[in-house]
Amino acid sequence: MVRLKVNGIDRSFDGDPNMPLLWYLRDILELTGTKFGCGMALCGACTVHKNGEAIRSCITPMSAAAGSEIRTIEDLGANGLHAIQKAWIEMNVPQCGYCQSGQIMQAVSLLKSNPHPTDQEIDDAMAGNICRCGTYQRIRQAIKLAAGKVA
Amino acid sequence: MSQIENVSRRRFLKGVFGAGALVLAVRYIPPVLGQGQVTDGQTEADRATLHANLFVGIQRDGTVYIVAHRSEMGTVIRTSLPLVLADELDADWKRVKIDQAIGDRRYGDQNTDGSRSIRSFFDIMRECGAAGRWMLVQAAALQWNVPASECSTEPHAVVHKVTGRRLGYGELASEAAPLTVPKKEQLQLKKPSEWRYIGKGMASVDLEKLCTGKAMFGMDARVDGMVYASIEHPPVFGGKVKSLDDRETLKVAGVHQTVGIDAFKPPAAFQPLGGVAVIAENTWAAFQGRKKLKITWDNGPNESYDSVEYKKELRETAHKPGKLIRSVGDSDKAFPTTNVFEADYYVPLLAHAPMEPLVALAEFKDGKVTAWAPTQNPQAVQAIVSSELGIPKEDVICNVTLLGGGFGRKSKPDYVAEAAVLSKKLSRPVKVVWTREDDIKFDYYNAVAAMYLKAAVDEKGKPTAWLQRSVFPPITSIYDVSQVYGDPPHLAQGWTDLPYDLPNIRIENGPAQAHVRIGWLRSVANIYHAFGVQCFTDELAHRANRDPVEYLLDLIGPPRTLDFTNVQYPNYGADYKTYPWETGRLRQVIEMAAEKSGWAKKKSGKGHGFGFAAHRSFLTYVATVVEVEVSDDGEIHIPRVDTAIDAGLVVNPEVTRAQFEGAAVFGTSIVRSGEITAKNGVIQQSNFDDYPVARINEVPVQTNVYITESSAPPAGVGEPGVPPFVAAFCNAIFAATGKRVRDLPLASNSLFG
Repeated sequence: MVRLKVNGIDRSFDGDPNMPLLWYLRDILELTGTKFGCGMALCGACTVHKNGEAIRSCITPMSAAAGSEIRTIEDLGANGLHAIQKAWIEMNVPQCGYCQSGQIMQAVSLLKSNPHPTDQEIDDAMAGNICRCGTYQRIRQAIKLAAGKVA
Repeated sequence: MSQIENVSRRRFLKGVFGAGALVLAVRYIPPVLGQGQVTDGQTEADRATLHANLFVGIQRDGTVYIVAHRSEMGTVIRTSLPLVLADELDADWKRVKIDQAIGDRRYGDQNTDGSRSIRSFFDIMRECGAAGRWMLVQAAALQWNVPASECSTEPHAVVHKVTGRRLGYGELASEAAPLTVPKKEQLQLKKPSEWRYIGKGMASVDLEKLCTGKAMFGMDARVDGMVYASIEHPPVFGGKVKSLDDRETLKVAGVHQTVGIDAFKPPAAFQPLGGVAVIAENTWAAFQGRKKLKITWDNGPNESYDSVEYKKELRETAHKPGKLIRSVGDSDKAFPTTNVFEADYYVPLLAHAPMEPLVALAEFKDGKVTAWAPTQNPQAVQAIVSSELGIPKEDVICNVTLLGGGFGRKSKPDYVAEAAVLSKKLSRPVKVVWTREDDIKFDYYNAVAAMYLKAAVDEKGKPTAWLQRSVFPPITSIYDVSQVYGDPPHLAQGWTDLPYDLPNIRIENGPAQAHVRIGWLRSVANIYHAFGVQCFTDELAHRANRDPVEYLLDLIGPPRTLDFTNVQYPNYGADYKTYPWETGRLRQVIEMAAEKSGWAKKKSGKGHGFGFAAHRSFLTYVATVVEVEVSDDGEIHIPRVDTAIDAGLVVNPEVTRAQFEGAAVFGTSIVRSGEITAKNGVIQQSNFDDYPVARINEVPVQTNVYITESSAPPAGVGEPGVPPFVAAFCNAIFAATGKRVRDLPLASNSLFG
């Protein structure tokens, strides 16, 4: 039995402990904001926070999530839009939008640890998140816009 | 406003403005999953109090429902087309709600590809909006007992200025509902100066949902009682299952069973590839069970396909006389033998790799199928599911979710057919989920292409004779396996329409047999054609010691309309009188890009270079300048891109800029690393590790997009940015390093090795 907290709610899971957190969130909890893109931690679409840090849920088995606090995109704006989300909207970042949950969770994690990142630091932190539509220029601008506004 | 008259259009307008029966005849159609209540099957617009036509309905509370019948994959078309209707209706955009249409031929064409949603439906949207406004004005005039000519509109209200009276659209909906729908001749369209939204644009209606994880993609579709399926496809195109051992699979927790899917009968078209589906209670279990399958395959005729050998074959074919596509001057005469320059170019197979892998949910029940799919082409879903299951097309309800990227792949509904076939076999809803590996290995790839170009030049380096020959397996091969030559619509993508003013031109195409499924990828044949022509032109300019921009303008010659008399030139399906090929417009964007980028002052060399290319595709003229920095070890940085475009009238400028920013990123992937290879018929790539796409640290830092102010009919914006970017990027690498990129991608090139 794996016990964990997802978006502030206590959960328990008695299925295959090797099941990646991604599929637990999506198929079992029906939290579909977190996306499946590659299954190998290559694209970042599945990014969520584990104890406040950005992780790739597609390669994180449930056994490794035991006892942790998981936060997904659904919780980020639950009490009003997060500063990052506001910046994303202001800069018109998304095109298809499929990768953006992961991009946003990654960006929140970046700004928490580094409130005023340089271009190089933004690239380093965001290079694991692919956007096939090519919204990178706006992602960079949105992160700068939100810089200093993330607690 | 353009008046494009064709048969399908006339038939369609009859549907819009004619008998209400077409609307009333609609059958059970659930709304897009989770985005509304279960209803009698019509759109909210259909059910509204005032249902002026197929695309708009107005409720008594003033809510205006506008139908989006094209698919949303990031181009914001779900916003931009309804915005056109809202403008002519004079609706307050804040009170507009968007209905996503199911696949239904009553909407006309729904295949969201070819960068043509705006140009195909701009006039129709205007007319549908104007028809609604006409009815509202009539209703107000009747109520006030004044002539309609004295009434006007302001957002969401009809006003009678003389008496200061005013009625909101909601208040008028009931009165307007029984009025006769106006004829097209009665409509009064706004003057462009009166437009409130067209040309100014609006952000995506889905923007906030996309930033909060609430948007509904195909991957997110769910219905009660559904099971998940992951399918092991034949590793070689055209292969079949020889034997299956699924004992280990069935031991995996959560796996229900395996189900065979028949191999397709050639031609493949949009049929399922066949294979073995693992059915499970969640996605993960299906994936795990699939790994335990033991299958032996009959690989069929494509087992010997080897992309290295194939490249050699294409190149050899490109060096032999081919089929004549277009000829100018005395091109049959023996080619001059002095001052001749020739070069070969090559672009490999390319995969789409949209961020959302292919996925579809289908439920077969009572002889009918309801599907939820991220599809660019819901009517093609109806057609293939109908033929696979032997049920009428009308009994296939295709709900269109948001698409997590498409780029042409999701115009081909083989994956939706798989879900429908499985649902029928299992008598329960089935969600088919492709892995990234499936997506890369079983694509409809952009064609591999070899191009041979040859020019004889005069003392100024200007060609007196020009030959270009391309060889690529055609898309038509998916419908007819005997097809080996390029078809006119794809040859017309930047090959037939060489815009140069030269005395002798010969354009040819050679044969190539397809061994995989070939399909449309963002800008399609323009990718390799523009690469060949624009890089070769740049090579000639440098050989002549001439400025590439000045040289390009010299080759294009004076402003004129290209004459395609006796040449098959389909012009992207557009009427040539409405959308002529005007070299003057290409010249203008070239001059604009040169000026905005400061081209004249740019000095290339020593690892820092500027490249230029210009191209017309999807009726839009684009010129692009790419700046690169190349380190000693061959690492390439792209500080800046400047792109000037003339897309005619642009409805949504901000969104248009985003499309060209994205095209530069898409082109970056093609140049840096885009390559699908095959050995023994098996595709060698599988995920983003061996099919890399551009990341934030690899793409242009700043892409500037300059939009020409134009009242010409609207043209495409989704695709046209890609072709000139690819060529300009490669030309920039030459300017910086003196090394020519003739074979893509850089990753497989020994250039910097």
